Amino acid sequence: MTQTTSDPLRRLETSSLADDVFTLRHVSKTYATRNVEALKNVSLSLKRGSFASVIGTSGCGKSTLLKIMAGLISPSAGSVLLSGDPVVGTRRDIGLMFQQATLFPWSTVIENVLLPIRIRDGKAAAKAKRSEALALLDMAGLKGFENVYPSELSGGMAQRAAICRMLVTEPEVLLLDEPFSALDEMTRDFMNMELQRICQEREATAFLVTHSIVEAVILSDVIYVMSPRPGRITKVVEVDLPRPRTLDIMGEKRFGDIVAEVRAHLNESSGHGH
Amino acid sequence: MAIDATPASAQEAPLPSTVWERKPSWIARIPQPVLVLAVGAIFVAIWQVAFSLELVSPILLPSPGATFNQIIVVGTNLLTGGYMLPAFWITTQEVFIGFAVAIVIGIGLGVIVGETAIGQKAIMPYLVAINTMPKVAFAPLFVAWLGFGIGSKVALAAFLAFFPIMVGTAAGLHAADANARMLFQTMSASRWQTLIHLKFPAGLPMIFAGLKNGAVLVVIGAIVGEYLGGGSGFGELVRVASSILDTARVFALIIYLSLLGVVLFALVSLLQRRLVFWHTEKAGGASLD
Repeated sequence: MTQTTSDPLRRLETSSLADDVFTLRHVSKTYATRNVEALKNVSLSLKRGSFASVIGTSGCGKSTLLKIMAGLISPSAGSVLLSGDPVVGTRRDIGLMFQQATLFPWSTVIENVLLPIRIRDGKAAAKAKRSEALALLDMAGLKGFENVYPSELSGGMAQRAAICRMLVTEPEVLLLDEPFSALDEMTRDFMNMELQRICQEREATAFLVTHSIVEAVILSDVIYVMSPRPGRITKVVEVDLPRPRTLDIMGEKRFGDIVAEVRAHLNESSGHGH
Repeated sequence: MAIDATPASAQEAPLPSTVWERKPSWIARIPQPVLVLAVGAIFVAIWQVAFSLELVSPILLPSPGATFNQIIVVGTNLLTGGYMLPAFWITTQEVFIGFAVAIVIGIGLGVIVGETAIGQKAIMPYLVAINTMPKVAFAPLFVAWLGFGIGSKVALAAFLAFFPIMVGTAAGLHAADANARMLFQTMSASRWQTLIHLKFPAGLPMIFAGLKNGAVLVVIGAIVGEYLGGGSGFGELVRVASSILDTARVFALIIYLSLLGVVLFALVSLLQRRLVFWHTEKAGGASLD
């Protein structure tokens, strides 16, 4: 890739942006066909190694925001920068995860995990990465399941395999679209703790879209509260709870206070007065 | 340690056991082969009654016995390498070559229609128009173009069979869900990679549905081609037998022809089970999660 430094968008040398992995400035999205304003003037920054969440009711534009950040769709206005480079299309340093594991049923677990490598760098590269992928599966508690087909995995195991697939390319940023919301609550708590551990271990920057307040508070350093129609960020809540966090933290008063604060902002922004 | 949550007062009088199971209907308890044979026997019995009471003229409807005899006669002729065997071989060739041609054209056009904008927008309408035509009417044209030999029959067989394969392929390429596509986009997969690693495998269940339809149509195409275009295949034997009103022979020949169709269909099903082992028919359709 060639970069022209004369273009102000190409490199931002401003000191305040140096630590930011992701920078969004005045991002808006209007779907022309239906004339729906999905996002309006969204600005946010993700610090390297931080965990941020965006929370809001369904239909508030959370997923649109995520797609814009992933380079899957273009904003109607505004700038999106990843490590100082403009996002104009998909990028290989981004890992993406959805509510569904989206494993491919015709491939084994290890083939699924290695698929991004195989697509990007070819068969030989995938073969060379095999031991690394096995180590990832081991870390995710899927040791011995590498040659199993996804249909034999439980929902939680499938999501863990999807995490491995996301991590195998060593992405700088993890974009997570309600990754565990289809799981039962016990599995979900466990997966959230796993996610926290993985992010800390790899110093990964994570951006989580969720509609669970508790999940957002337990995982995040900062929570963006979004309101619908048009989707915009109405409040930024800093979560100053110490790390590493355990599930026990949910019983603490500070935790309860932050949950209450986020809930109040959510109710306010979505127009529910109660 | 077992925990008994029953309050002490309720423990005194033991309650009656309520273990129960759903009783299967008597039909469900009969083995399937027995049921199949029973239905066949009922059918033959009705046939025999219709014959004995002369509900249909005996010239038009043979007796079950006469048909059975002819099945033996044709079977022996085929097994002993009689004059019917080369005819059967010709028809077999027409069916298999016709199917191969239909698969190549069907999948090829299916990819063009399913994958490219010009295919979807500009080519598909023509293909739909062709499909609504009575394709059998093209048979004389194929004979004029390709002669009375096997070529004109292969052409008609493939012409009849390619359409469902094409539709199955084109529709199958759209079977992959939105998240899977996004995932491939974030992997920076090329169009070709997305086709090979995502769209084609995801579409296999629908492609095979098209192949199964095509397998049935290809046999029809070959036989109709022989009826209308002469030659020396099995269809010609059927035509000759029916022209002398040897209806028992006609029935027997048709049964051996259907064997050809069954074998082809079974081969496709076998291949499907091998390749699409991962596909489970759920009440929601696709199982990409």
